[in-house]
Amino acid sequence: MGLWGCCMESKKDLTIVCFSGEFDKLLAAFTIATGAAATNRKVTMFFTFWGLNALKKADGRRALGKDLLSRAFNWLMGGRKQLPLSRFNFAGISPKLMRGMMRKNNVAQLEELMEAAHALGVRIFACEMSMHILGVRQDDLIDEVQSVVGVATFLNESENAHIIFI
Amino acid sequence: MKHFLDITHETCPMTFVKVKLQLAKMAKGEELEVLLNKGEPLENVPRSCEEQGYEVLSVEPTDNDRYLVLIRK
Repeated sequence: MGLWGCCMESKKDLTIVCFSGEFDKLLAAFTIATGAAATNRKVTMFFTFWGLNALKKADGRRALGKDLLSRAFNWLMGGRKQLPLSRFNFAGISPKLMRGMMRKNNVAQLEELMEAAHALGVRIFACEMSMHILGVRQDDLIDEVQSVVGVATFLNESENAHIIFI
Repeated sequence: MKHFLDITHETCPMTFVKVKLQLAKMAKGEELEVLLNKGEPLENVPRSCEEQGYEVLSVEPTDNDRYLVLIRK
């Protein structure tokens, strides 16, 4: 056990900043997160700006927020089921085709990866500042969000981690 | 008690994710037999199990480039 304990300790933690709100980029983020957690790394995901869309409880379109602008923004952005592809989105048709191709090739769907990330103990933080701008409250986000934090906490929690920005 | 998991139809990262989650459900001392493909799963599943302090008891080739890996938690 000593030997393996020693090897585990030498593994760096991993923090993924999920800034983008595109389906393919979030898929990449969750693939890396679950892969790293399954191979014994401590993983933290920090969601900010467009990335927050993946964490909304409402996976379709909903006008969240208090003022007109934030309500319009949130309705336009939508949730997990509305995420566009970063290329060849074709008004939202391509993500549906992509999901079909993934199913056909037995590749895990975004929801499946998110579930696995939670089961593997990946920590999910949401950015306080961007939630404030977009009028999104923690109640609007899925229960898996561990806490709403600022950049200082994110950096403190990532002191011994590789940081990947997606 | 011996458990069995077939990950030959899974792709990265669900191959080792499923093994890790299955092992998490098991009690210490129980065994898990994993059927996996050669390549990435064969290289990574036994290694990440050993890193966690689990014992890889055997790695046996079967048919069609598939392997049976026996792990004790």
